[in-house]
Amino acid sequence: MSSAFTPAAQLRRLARHRARKRINAVALSLSLAAMAFGVFWLIWILVETVRLGIGGMALSVFTEMTPPPQAETGGLANAIFGSALMVALATALGTPIGIMAGVYLAEYGQRNWLGRITQFINDILLSAPSIVVGLFVYAVVVARMKSFSGFAGVLALALIVIPVVIRTTENMLSLIPNSLREAAYALGTPKWKVIWSVTLKAARAGVVTGVLLALARISGETAPLLFTALSNQFWTANLGEPMASLPVTIFKFAMSPYENWQKLAWAGVFLITLGVLGLNILARVLFKNRH
Amino acid sequence: MARSLPTGRPPQRRVVAPWADRVFAVLAAGAAWLTLALLAGIIVSLIVGAWPAIREFGLAFLWNAEWDPVNEKFGGLVMIYGTLMTSFIALLIAVPVSFGIALFLTELSPGWLKRPLGIAIELLAAVPSIVYGMWGLLVFGPILATYVQQPLQAAFGSTPILGALVAGPPVGIGILSAGIILAIMVIPFIASVMRDVFDVTPALLKESAYGLGATTWEVVWRVVLPYTKAGVIGGIMLGLGRALGETMAVTFVIGNMNQLDSLSLFEAANSITSALANEFAEAGEGLHQASLIYLGLVLFFITFVVLSLSKLLLAQLKKGEGSRT
Repeated sequence: MSSAFTPAAQLRRLARHRARKRINAVALSLSLAAMAFGVFWLIWILVETVRLGIGGMALSVFTEMTPPPQAETGGLANAIFGSALMVALATALGTPIGIMAGVYLAEYGQRNWLGRITQFINDILLSAPSIVVGLFVYAVVVARMKSFSGFAGVLALALIVIPVVIRTTENMLSLIPNSLREAAYALGTPKWKVIWSVTLKAARAGVVTGVLLALARISGETAPLLFTALSNQFWTANLGEPMASLPVTIFKFAMSPYENWQKLAWAGVFLITLGVLGLNILARVLFKNRH
Repeated sequence: MARSLPTGRPPQRRVVAPWADRVFAVLAAGAAWLTLALLAGIIVSLIVGAWPAIREFGLAFLWNAEWDPVNEKFGGLVMIYGTLMTSFIALLIAVPVSFGIALFLTELSPGWLKRPLGIAIELLAAVPSIVYGMWGLLVFGPILATYVQQPLQAAFGSTPILGALVAGPPVGIGILSAGIILAIMVIPFIASVMRDVFDVTPALLKESAYGLGATTWEVVWRVVLPYTKAGVIGGIMLGLGRALGETMAVTFVIGNMNQLDSLSLFEAANSITSALANEFAEAGEGLHQASLIYLGLVLFFITFVVLSLSKLLLAQLKKGEGSRT
């Protein structure tokens, strides 16, 4: 017999086994701690937002305009309206382009260079700093027209919608089994009709999910609006003028030392968080029900 | 069986709108081209906008720390340092935590907890950055100052090297706070990429290791991690790209002060994005604005390189999928 089974060797082996078990236990506890760490921040941020946000809530938040510093009353009506208008228009502008490009990537361009490059570039645009999009729109629109405008804000937000929608549309379309396409082609259906009435229809829930996620993303975007739509103290529906938005107003109010402004900023943050998380959960529920 | 003879004319092939196919293809390709044009447009407009500053200061802009709008002398070192340092701190915290979260979600969590916890982490990614910023400034900053910064100063204030890092006013605003907030923001991105790549490890490999008596930790460290190395680094790069370009959260807590006198982590500083957010709308046309756009160009270049690397590494993992088992 070799020395591998002497009592001393057995003891060494047992000690080694215990050490491995110990390392495993430590590592797994750390992993559990990391998970708790992640969830802890989410809960803390949500609790503070709700606590301080509810404190700032009042009916006047929805009915009155943004006040001057240290005023008695005031609300966020013009900022909420401006945000809703710009977000809605940007989604309407960006969604069709995003869906068409997504269709190109999934149905036409899987093997050619245009498809591959577009896919690569799109993934970079998806994570590119949004403030750079603001700089781009500033250079192309604001500097030309010599004024900040709601229109420039819409354009900047639309440019952020496009990559999000492209990505989800492409992903959802590539989940559709090829047999579905082949069945439609076998009936003599032209390609555009196959895409429009078969694959896009089958992927509808996924595409809508993508649009909702894009909507959620731009509802909270501040950086691209800072030097495109700027801000406005008053109610306006004119896209040619600077336009207030909820995130930019929150930025201005939260950085100020005035108590009434800070209170309104918390109310605004509460509204945005509620809206964005609500949209995210809605998107998830919608997608889960269909798959 | 007798074949029945065709009677009458053959059925007409009815083509509805024969041009529709071409139009649809052109529209789809046009949308794809538009995406490429968007990237080209961003690069061209940044270069054109920054041109006066590029001509005036050249590459020395990158290591010159002077930022003086009155005398029109500009250098971007303070902001570039701020951006890189905050992102570095963010990764230092976020990478181990994200690894732990991914390990928990793939190997430890009971099945019924996986989904809700995964969603919680993804919701953390969905919270708008302005919420992080405001929370960081008004809630987290004061707590950091009282319970972390002041004890650290008391403990290390007189030690040579550590003392320099913790010098400065402990007010909860500065590079350290910005780095911590960024870490919280990028954890979900890195963690969900890591979770996804851990999931592609073939069960066969893991089960072989378990079968040989490996502990969970050994399976993850010696089997899963080597197999998914490229994807893990890709995920970290993705998080880095996010951290570098993050604007609002950093602007709130970094303090927006153009100084690089000390290397203290508690000192207020400035980053590329916060300089843009604070100064751009007020900057007069001319050299000041061009210098800010130059900063934007530098930022875009860095994030472009980082995100491209991330994409290439993640694609490499996908290619190897299945062929290495």
